[in-house]
Amino acid sequence: MADAVIVVALLLTAGAATAAVAVRDPARQALVLSLLGLFLGVVFTVLQAPDVGLSQLAVGSALTPLLIMLSVRKVRRRGKEGGK
Amino acid sequence: MHVFPYLVAVWIFLTGCYGLATSRNLIHAVGCLAVVQSSTYVLLLAVGYRDGGTAPVFSDLKPGARPLVDPVVQALALTDVVVGATVTALLLALVLQIAKRHGTVDPDELTELRG
Amino acid sequence: MSRFFRLRVLAFGGAGLAALLVAACFDLPGFGGGSHPYGDRAVRASLARRTANVISSVNFDQRAYDTLGEMSILFAAVLGCVVLLRQNRDEHRDRPEPTEVALPVRRYALLVLPVALVTGLYVIAHGQLSPGGGFQGGVVAATALHLLYLGADYGALERVRPIGVFEVTDSLAACSYLVLGLAGVLAGTAFLANTLLPYGTFNTLSSGGTVPLLNAAIGMEVASAVVVLLARFLDQAVEIEEEKGS
Repeated sequence: MADAVIVVALLLTAGAATAAVAVRDPARQALVLSLLGLFLGVVFTVLQAPDVGLSQLAVGSALTPLLIMLSVRKVRRRGKEGGK
Repeated sequence: MHVFPYLVAVWIFLTGCYGLATSRNLIHAVGCLAVVQSSTYVLLLAVGYRDGGTAPVFSDLKPGARPLVDPVVQALALTDVVVGATVTALLLALVLQIAKRHGTVDPDELTELRG
Repeated sequence: MSRFFRLRVLAFGGAGLAALLVAACFDLPGFGGGSHPYGDRAVRASLARRTANVISSVNFDQRAYDTLGEMSILFAAVLGCVVLLRQNRDEHRDRPEPTEVALPVRRYALLVLPVALVTGLYVIAHGQLSPGGGFQGGVVAATALHLLYLGADYGALERVRPIGVFEVTDSLAACSYLVLGLAGVLAGTAFLANTLLPYGTFNTLSSGGTVPLLNAAIGMEVASAVVVLLARFLDQAVEIEEEKGS
């Protein structure tokens, strides 16, 4: 039973990681990355590592996507000004 | 089941590397690096897992009552998750500087500019 | 080097690496195996020092020196970001207009903000007992503060978040980790050795000797580091504009 949960969580993580690479638009990638962070949090929890799961949840699904979104916004805004 | 989690870690690592090498946008490349990084956490925690083990936290567990998973690899992964995020931030700051200086975040265009 | 040639090199190298990694996987000790010599020793050492959360014990006691290195990386990365994302000479600040936030968003964000903040502080404070600690709690507390940006607006966030104070706190926390380490040397033992304070009663807040103190220092460091990082990125994304025609 525990093994089945681990396998499903690992498969979801592998899928999310593949999607995060395949999505080429960084703004969309940030969303997929936050999904990946969520699945990683689940994997760590079922692997009996609640500490790591907690930090992965905070960092992977909130902080990193937020930083990427802010960078995208800055770069896009610059691009628009340059095009004027 | 014997090697499956390790193979998942290898798959995540290689996909991340592929994305890193073929990326046309530096911000996307930084995201791919975060994917590569996450593969190491999966590998570390998979190595430390023990069948039927529980988390090495004694706040509601009597010492010696159940087998425990390896706490050392968890501590390694834990610090790196947070420190890795700040390093990602540093890379993004570098990307923003490149965007300011050269007006593009496409690595191919940047190579042409230099040449 | 053409794009096509580069892809072929990548495919060749990737295939080789994949073969080696898979071969290595089959040589690793099997998943879920029972032999964890380091883990068993770490658990024993942690119980001897009456720290209930073994992971905190590994981070802040048995491998405290390694955490010092991690903390230095974190500090250096934040320093690098602050330097790279400062306001250039050809840029100026443009205050964003205060915007109306949808009422449900505002209400929800302002309701969750104190809960999330307290959760973060709780996670830091109970690092030596239950899952959590300075690294996780710091991130939670710092990101919780930014719910204010969602719920109110950028101006409100700037008022409750004096950046200078957080930058100073960041360095103070890094220093206090070092000072706690040096205190061990002055007391006649080794750098960062957990021999200064009594180990206390197992499974209470003050147990574990210097573990709670180092944990609090890391919590302060991580929380202010994340606040400073996000502030710099928000500055760039929202406020700082380039001069026209430069």
